[in-house]
Amino acid sequence: MTKKTKLLMGALIVVAALGYLIYGGIKEAALYYITPSELQAKGASAADKSFRLGGMVVPGSLQWEPKSLKLTFRLTDGKEQVAVEHIGSPPDLFKEGTGAIVEGKYTNGNLFMASTILAKHSEEYRPPQAGQAQAKDLYRTLVKPQQVRR
Amino acid sequence: MISTLGRFSLALALAIALYGVIVSILGARRRSPSLVASGRGAVFAVFGLATFAILLMEAALVGRDFSLQFVARNGSRGTPLFYTVIALWSALEGSILLWIWILALMSLLVVLIEGKRNREMLPYVTAILLSVSAFFLFLAAFPANPFTAIFPPPADGRGPNPLLQNHPLMAIHPPCLYAGYVGWSVPYAFAMAALITGRLGGEWIRTVRRWSIVAWGFLTVGVILGGWWSYAVLGWGGYWAWDPVENASLLPWLTGTAFLHTVMVQERRKMLKVWNLALIITTFSLTIFGTFLTRSGILSSVHAFSESTIGPLFLAFIGVILLVSFGFLVYRSDGLQAEGDLDSLVSRESAFLMNNLLLLGFAFAVFLGTLFPLLSEAVRGVKVSVGEPFFNAVNVPIGLVLIFLMAIGPLIAWRRASLESLRRTFTTPLLLAFLGTGVSSFLGVRGLYPLLAFALATFAAATVIQEFVRGTVTRRRMTGEGYLVALSNLTRRSQRRYGGLIVHLGVVLVVIGVTASTVFRQEKEVTLQRGESLHLGRYQVRFDELTAWQEPHRFVVQGTFTVFNGIHKVSQMRPSKRFYSSEQQPIGSVDVRSTPREDLYLILSSFERDGDSATLKVLIRPLVMWIWLGGAVMALGALVAIWPDRRRVLAAEPVKEQVAWQPGRS
Repeated sequence: MTKKTKLLMGALIVVAALGYLIYGGIKEAALYYITPSELQAKGASAADKSFRLGGMVVPGSLQWEPKSLKLTFRLTDGKEQVAVEHIGSPPDLFKEGTGAIVEGKYTNGNLFMASTILAKHSEEYRPPQAGQAQAKDLYRTLVKPQQVRR
Repeated sequence: MISTLGRFSLALALAIALYGVIVSILGARRRSPSLVASGRGAVFAVFGLATFAILLMEAALVGRDFSLQFVARNGSRGTPLFYTVIALWSALEGSILLWIWILALMSLLVVLIEGKRNREMLPYVTAILLSVSAFFLFLAAFPANPFTAIFPPPADGRGPNPLLQNHPLMAIHPPCLYAGYVGWSVPYAFAMAALITGRLGGEWIRTVRRWSIVAWGFLTVGVILGGWWSYAVLGWGGYWAWDPVENASLLPWLTGTAFLHTVMVQERRKMLKVWNLALIITTFSLTIFGTFLTRSGILSSVHAFSESTIGPLFLAFIGVILLVSFGFLVYRSDGLQAEGDLDSLVSRESAFLMNNLLLLGFAFAVFLGTLFPLLSEAVRGVKVSVGEPFFNAVNVPIGLVLIFLMAIGPLIAWRRASLESLRRTFTTPLLLAFLGTGVSSFLGVRGLYPLLAFALATFAAATVIQEFVRGTVTRRRMTGEGYLVALSNLTRRSQRRYGGLIVHLGVVLVVIGVTASTVFRQEKEVTLQRGESLHLGRYQVRFDELTAWQEPHRFVVQGTFTVFNGIHKVSQMRPSKRFYSSEQQPIGSVDVRSTPREDLYLILSSFERDGDSATLKVLIRPLVMWIWLGGAVMALGALVAIWPDRRRVLAAEPVKEQVAWQPGRS
């Protein structure tokens, strides 16, 4: 074997290893974006799976218990609602009537256990317009983990 | 008045830049010195006008001239002077202005510094740099004009985004990052000039290497400062979240780093010419792509700047760059045959090849992960994100192998390394690496990756230090100089080599800091009554009181906490929440106590209005300071590498430089 072939083979092995790493990484980490309606439609088949759920925090649904740090609220896309629970304090930019994305698992009891809450923030201030923004549009304007993965 | 002047100067600068492009090319083709000189003049004029425009904007900001839309949106009467001045880069239009100015400055420096040495290529270099300027001037003159007026002017402006007026780092992070981005225009311009003129010989690559290190240095500092800003301002206790905009700054850094290594192979062995050109083109395109990601709003990010219409323009610009550049590359491929050949698989060349493969693999994974939501939606119609777990799963192993290569690359011989030389070079570092692993395991490090990280970091640090020690000792024996003099002369004799080694030492510090702060991270969140304490690690944090006051542009609620270590009072810390009038929600302001050993990070999450209780989040993150220190060491290394060499300035002969460039033990 010439050096060139050897080198080429070495490179191929490295590339294959990289490909495998990337493939495995995607399989492991893929998080589906989903709306409350889509999640409800999935029903039991969505149990114990991880998702990225986006919607509007339903006014009047937000409750926070400082002692236990239990935060509960409901997210809606205008049609369906999903109850969400999170342990930790609400992020600064998080409040009723605004958009939020949560990451976590949908447990059997119809409860979404969020490990991460991403609150909406944009460079310019816009007054909240409840119900106007489409849940899908929210994904585009959102961001940074205010709560760190646990 | 300011609006008219500003718009006029930008339009004029655009016209002059376009004129400069045409006369430079014509001048080079017709060999007309007067046309070429006119092209040079255009560079001076564009710089003058850009400086004028930026000063105008600053005057408007400081003078609170709210008849300008940009000032009305990003300035306010209550904003302190410091944040008013730097509000220039707190939004799209102003940051494009800054970009233009930095590019104009770099172009000016290129014309002044390289004017004598690269006479043949310079007209084309000028033309390329002015073309890039023209693109950004077009943006500033039309779709993203910072001098747009509004009527009637509001009584007060809205002020910059609170997150952007919360920390002095905002003054240096964006300009550094921009200098890093813009800096790659220079190597790109030289590469294209070489392709256009067909002068693909050795001399241009030497010039380019210097400019690349400048751009790389700024980019490195920009990226690290970005992490620091995120850590100090965003209040989530981390410094890197694989956010699209963070990734966008990392991408050109990765490909640029790859280039800085293989360019040495080209210099020494006349190999990899096409590869290097492709790397320069890719790196430059990625800098533009980074701006596109930041500014177009196609991906959600912490930097989700207002969406604007300039996205498609950026995409078109990137398309043109790729098409033209790679077109020329294919067209000139005959002149790019390698003159050298690979002699052995155990050689510095092959270590560099492997390093390139991995750096590009790293970059590809980052690129893919960042764009994954868009790609999956386009291909399968479902939006899927991959996030932190993906980046960690893929990039940590690649990073570990890279550290290994970083340790052996600079010490392994060119062409062919003998077993004897390998043994002599690597025995001590290898032993130290085992020792490092033992110590870190004793200190409680568990898991394959963390242990490997510490082992490899020790290994890499040992190789670098051994290199400096051996060099110094040898030189001292030969010349009789003192240790410090010998060390400094050694470094000066081959600055690029030792500069590079210093950079590697900086990388080691960053790796140690990142690993330790991740593995040994502790955190706790508790609601405390006044006088109650929280225990975490060796600290007790007592909640003393809650105070509040009004400042001109914000209302501040601050918690006072006393930190004890056993019975010793360590310090008082004051995290707060700030309520800006322009925002409905408060912005948290963390308090961090940094020591070389660990950072104590306090976040005031929530509080009761009566001040009796507060919810506090406390994090302990060891060795975070090492990351910032590592960044500084990397910058120092880059500086050493490009520091003007007296002998080279006198001789100005490339041959001389090759003699000065002595590889380690080869």
